[in-house]
Amino acid sequence: MSTLVSLARALAVERGVAQPITTVRHVHVHERPLVLVPLTLAGEANAPLAAMVGTAPDDARLLVVAQPRNRDERFGFAAELAAILVSYVDSFTGQVEAVVTNRGRDIRSRYTDGPQLIVPNPAGAGFVKLFGRSTRLRRTDGPWAVAPTVPLAGRWLTFFAERYEHPGSAALVAVTSALTAHWATGQSALEDANLAALMGWIDPPAGLTGAQAAAAAEDPLTWPPAGPITDPTFDNEVLAALMEAYANAPGERTLATLTTAIRGQIEPTWRLVWRAVELLRALPPGERVAQRWAADRDAYSAMVMSIVDGRPPQPRRDGAVAAAGRLNRLERDQASYDVQRAFDDPLVLAEYRLSGEAFAGVVTAAQPDRVDASGRRRVLRPHVTVLTDDPVRFTPGAALTSPARPAQKATVVAVGAGDTSEVVLELSGGMGSSLQAPPGTVPEVGEQVVYSSLADDYQQAPEFPAREDTPWTHGGPPPEYVPTDEDAAEEWS
Amino acid sequence: MTDLDARLARLRGSAPPRRHTARTIAALTTNPGCARRAVLDAAGVDKERLAAHVGFPARFGQSRFAITRGNAFESQVKANGCAELLSLLREKLGLPVDEVGYHDLESVGGNESNEVRHARARTLITRAARAADDPGTLFDHPLLRLDVGGRAVYLEPDLIAFRLRGRFHVVEIKSFPVIDGQADPTKVAAAAIQSAVYVLAMRAMLAEQGLDPETVSHEIVLVCPRDFANQPVATLVDVRKQLLVLRRQLARLTRIEELLDALPADLTLDLRPDADGVPTATADELGASLGRVDARYAPECLSACEIAYFCRHEARGDTAALGRTVREELGGVESVDTALGLAREELRPSVEQEEAAALLRAAARLRAEHLGARA
Repeated sequence: MSTLVSLARALAVERGVAQPITTVRHVHVHERPLVLVPLTLAGEANAPLAAMVGTAPDDARLLVVAQPRNRDERFGFAAELAAILVSYVDSFTGQVEAVVTNRGRDIRSRYTDGPQLIVPNPAGAGFVKLFGRSTRLRRTDGPWAVAPTVPLAGRWLTFFAERYEHPGSAALVAVTSALTAHWATGQSALEDANLAALMGWIDPPAGLTGAQAAAAAEDPLTWPPAGPITDPTFDNEVLAALMEAYANAPGERTLATLTTAIRGQIEPTWRLVWRAVELLRALPPGERVAQRWAADRDAYSAMVMSIVDGRPPQPRRDGAVAAAGRLNRLERDQASYDVQRAFDDPLVLAEYRLSGEAFAGVVTAAQPDRVDASGRRRVLRPHVTVLTDDPVRFTPGAALTSPARPAQKATVVAVGAGDTSEVVLELSGGMGSSLQAPPGTVPEVGEQVVYSSLADDYQQAPEFPAREDTPWTHGGPPPEYVPTDEDAAEEWS
Repeated sequence: MTDLDARLARLRGSAPPRRHTARTIAALTTNPGCARRAVLDAAGVDKERLAAHVGFPARFGQSRFAITRGNAFESQVKANGCAELLSLLREKLGLPVDEVGYHDLESVGGNESNEVRHARARTLITRAARAADDPGTLFDHPLLRLDVGGRAVYLEPDLIAFRLRGRFHVVEIKSFPVIDGQADPTKVAAAAIQSAVYVLAMRAMLAEQGLDPETVSHEIVLVCPRDFANQPVATLVDVRKQLLVLRRQLARLTRIEELLDALPADLTLDLRPDADGVPTATADELGASLGRVDARYAPECLSACEIAYFCRHEARGDTAALGRTVREELGGVESVDTALGLAREELRPSVEQEEAAALLRAAARLRAEHLGARA
């Protein structure tokens, strides 16, 4: 959040419709995503009640658990969902591309496409995580055997849930989060958590303002909650009776009535999710979206390999080294995502201009062939002067970059005073190795430029000890994870 | 009846005062600056009913599935003289004895008054506190009393106070799961503050009897189902921070008189029910009365206060209705119209608005630069 976003909220109040807060889309939207709308039974630990799942708006499969507390029914649900999920995830292993790494010394391969799972809200992502946790450790033989796809799907659900924690990843997308990253509504962030109300602001029906549409959307009778928790009134007045009727007389008729009632709760959300996907897709993608999606495809390719190699499922909890490594990756992803968004989107960069971490202006003078001869070697160090209206809070010596030339470093030489200030920058890098700057590598007089302290550098990952060298301060080497009977027999009450 | 009581009674009208519960007392800490909430709570107004009558019903439904599951888990943990609970406590608190005493203080004859039940709880607990030899003892459903805003409030907790080695521990049984050692942080936070209310009430009871209140431990035992099953797992939770917050809020409530002094003497929120209990006061009338008491609405109220939807409606056009951080980021300007007026230079900023106005103008300029007509 920033003053720019808050101002957009204020404007949304005045105009009665959500306002854009980006100029491009920052999330990858798949051509064929798998949308999953889960519902759980209130009070239980992630006991699935129903799910609507499919890869197109008119291709919805509704899975219903008529007795969520019954273990066999839950297994049945898990098996059905697993079959859909596994066949979707497997459908991207057709084509491989070669990726050159390590400065051309290594080549690794990754799939040219990957899966994208879309859920209505962060709580839906929480369902994915917990359902993955409750299925990936199950056994396919023995007394509590499940279908072979169930633990496999559990590992994939866990994969999605882990990617979800990575800033900038689009493997698992929560629609409300994706929408609020691109639009500001005239209500609070807490109210934006209601998908129907949020969509009411972004895409109000004809004749209604966003505020009116959002108010209407808060009525759970017309707009049931987007889950996974169902509307308590629906539970008490409809669901409880229908479940009891089914329990007393299990059969096609009682099941059909129950299914119809649940469909009524889940279908509005299903339509909203697809409408939201459509709205997001209509936005032009930012330049670096493809790069981040490639990282998701890398992770997907690695996961496929891990399964092919017969490696064990993800453990219940990370060991010390794995946890430290994961935290480090998350932090680097966050930093990189923030910078990439700013570089892709001048409106996001404007937030940094507002806080003095960036400035924009026009080049008023340039010495593209300036050579610094003070050192042992003569080096090309062009100077440019930028005139800006933005407040400049940098001091000489600060190292800046411009989104237009990310490989080039600009060091602040001098900053003028006053409302509009002239900033003199010394450039290095990104101009080849001769003492003559190739055309276009140095900004010309009259060019509009932006400079900021943001840098999307490649950062070497710090070295962590190997798992078996975990220091005693961190509990020593963790025991090798072996799936136990206890995991497999874990009760699902 | 004191003058204060009389004024609060007039405000409340003919309805009996609403009982506080640990939940409502805990909720006092969520928006302490709100005079409306403080006054309504002190007067024991039925906020839920009032909100519904003025046309902004609260949306705090609870699913019967959740209630059933909660009750089932609680009775499972307490079954057979708390057998499951005891085995957990043995592991968690190192309970040395095999046998413990168990007192169910829930009901004896059926319809006893609160005073009688509270007196019995007090007698048994203080006797245990004074006893030299220390057999472990469980007290189920003791009725506690806490002073809220100068009024005695009875708390009927689903809790067991457990005494061991001279220390009392509050045990809170909740039915949200702890999965691989992790639970939903908001639910843990809610459970911690509710338990803190009980700790406070128990300490008050001991202090009243001239005993050391610190005998009641600040570490409560939270019992939840483990993973996806019904197996209970116990965790010690330190509630010192929650106790501090609660004490501060309760101390504020005793200054309710100052808040009342700011209100008209004849102000009432009486629904004026007729013989059949149907309210005869109009919604407009009540809404206007309610409007006389200042509120400090924040979006967080929606999940904590029954009257929040009314306040939200009233706060339309305020920057605070968009969230506290939004107001801050708009330079603390209170109304949306003013913020936009300053941003567009249609309004001339006052001296204290100058800094905010500069920020807003810069933000508006940047939006215009990049969005053009869409800005």
